[in-house]
Amino acid sequence: MGVVFERPKSLTQQKFHYCPGCHHGIIHRLVAEVLDELGLQDRTIAIASVGCSVFAYDYFDVDAIQAAHGRAPAVATGVKRSRPESIVFTYQGDGDLASIGAAEIIHAAARGENITVIFVNNAIYGMTGGQMAPTTLVGQETTTSPQGRNPKNAGYPIRMSEMLATLPGASYIARTSVHDPKHVRETKKAIKEAFQVQVEGKGFSLVEVLSACPTNWHMTPVESLEWIKNEMIAYYPLGKFKSAEEAK
Amino acid sequence: MSKVLMKGNEAIGEAAIKAGCRYFFGYPITPQSELPEYLSRRLPQVGGVYLQAESEVAAINMVYGAASTGARVMTSSSSPGISLKQEGISYLAGSELPCVIVNIMRGGPGLGGIQPSQSDYFQATKGGGHGDYRLLVLAPASVQEIVDLVKEGFDLAEKYRIPVMILGDGILGQMMEPVDLGSETTLEAGEKPWAVTGKMGRTKNIINSLYLDPEKLEKHNRHLEKKYLEIKAKETRSELYQTSDAEIVVAAYGMIARVAKAAVDMAREEGIRAGVFRPITLWPYPEKELNQAAAQAKAVLTVEMSLGQMVEDVRLSLNGRLPVEFYGRVGGMVPTARAVYEEIKRLAKTYGEVK
Ligand SMILES: Cc1ncc(C[n+]2csc(CCOP(=O)(O)OP(=O)(O)O)c2C)c(N)n1
Ligand code: SF4
Ligand SMILES: [Mg+2]
Repeated sequence: MGVVFERPKSLTQQKFHYCPGCHHGIIHRLVAEVLDELGLQDRTIAIASVGCSVFAYDYFDVDAIQAAHGRAPAVATGVKRSRPESIVFTYQGDGDLASIGAAEIIHAAARGENITVIFVNNAIYGMTGGQMAPTTLVGQETTTSPQGRNPKNAGYPIRMSEMLATLPGASYIARTSVHDPKHVRETKKAIKEAFQVQVEGKGFSLVEVLSACPTNWHMTPVESLEWIKNEMIAYYPLGKFKSAEEAK
Repeated sequence: MSKVLMKGNEAIGEAAIKAGCRYFFGYPITPQSELPEYLSRRLPQVGGVYLQAESEVAAINMVYGAASTGARVMTSSSSPGISLKQEGISYLAGSELPCVIVNIMRGGPGLGGIQPSQSDYFQATKGGGHGDYRLLVLAPASVQEIVDLVKEGFDLAEKYRIPVMILGDGILGQMMEPVDLGSETTLEAGEKPWAVTGKMGRTKNIINSLYLDPEKLEKHNRHLEKKYLEIKAKETRSELYQTSDAEIVVAAYGMIARVAKAAVDMAREEGIRAGVFRPITLWPYPEKELNQAAAQAKAVLTVEMSLGQMVEDVRLSLNGRLPVEFYGRVGGMVPTARAVYEEIKRLAKTYGEVK
């Protein structure tokens, strides 16, 4: 009998350190499966960011760099410009990408850097213990918005995908979710399309994946799935905001 | 080879190309903009990449990325921009990535001014960014020396896997002098087995500065320390001028050492035995060389375009053996040879035997 399920080659044997119900592990796996399927493992350079996924450099079995908080797109730019033949992707959280690294992501997209960005939006700062992120929903309780995010004080959550899709330099922008098997499959498809855009030299690609942080949301893993479905998707609609065909 | 007339900032760019540097990431700031402007013309001609980053923060992280792949890469800026780069510089040091960072200093603090200054000495030699790390800091005093040190800087950076800083001031950047650019460095392929290039069948390479386990981080810190001690033992550079019989030694670096030489010539004409000690490496500081230069000295005068920064290393090097005095101008004002000569005369009167 043939093997029906195995660890993707592009993941190492290292055990994930993620909490139960965390989606980082699923998203890692999807990226690794895509790298395997496209035959990219040997050519790929991964850029890990600062956040719960900081050890991504240990989990992906590809050459890897750990970047400063928010700076992964700039690091990826340096890598890609000096090695255009390599496949370069960043893996960033919402605090990393939408807050401290907002300038780097916008300009990497504006330049049309031929890189792929995996943007894991869990509406919170996971690693530092559940503080408010720029993506935290209005009313969402965090350790630094204990009464719920109040827009009078903290403003409104940023829809990064919509914003980045306005840039002519961005070629592929999609938002997906992994809260059920159907959406997991769709996420994988989007990740694959994003890497294909890079392989074909078509420019900047980004997949925003809505992701659970049961630990800091103070929910069970199952409640977290419901919250993504009912609350997050209501504010962060899923879809493709830019596909390579529309890109100039 | 014949000499060409070049501006300091442009000479840095051409020297980098001769040294095999093909990648430059920067952001405009006076008084170093001629360097990125020059490289934006020249790098594409030699198959390289010039990229204007969105900020100095992004530029230094682009350097981090390119250096990770083993490429020879450079960035440049002036004081406020170098402040923004500090986080990235600390990461480069922690991840042991070679690169060359140019600081053409201007006056500060804050937005300060655009005139020459040496007020970033502390930042360059004592850290600037966070963590226990060092940069190899080279301070040229002529356009020719810029060319020589930029080339040497790339070699040292790779030899020790350490970021190297070229610390110059606005006068040096703007000044034109004849230079011999020398020959092109030929880079050997495959000499950086640590670089990330895609696995290609080998075990994966990781560029990283994170060690959550304190025992592992201490080991990493000790490894860096060992390297820094080796650099300290082997890589100090300095120039001595008329020091063998000097009672008054003037310690100065960069352009100010040239002012000091003119002042020493004036003093010598008056029969005052003065000399100049010019450190070329600011880190590691040439302690031994300073002590040798001041073997016959009665006192040392440190002259800087700052409120007194290198003077602390002069005092540490001499360890109380001699009186050390300071003369400085700040804000973009440059000490004149006449003023330095007056200081030498004053010190000779106070501490000297002659007159
Ligand atoms: C310059 C800097 N500022 C702050 C931090 C602290 N820090 C580490 S992770 C993090 C937030 C990460 O949140 P996110 O990017 O959303 O990733 P998650 O952990 O949620 O996956 C912060 C603020 C840091 N490491 N560096
Ligand atoms: S804190 Fe949240 S984001 Fe981090 S591993 Fe746990 S569940 Fe995942
Ligand atoms: Mg997050």
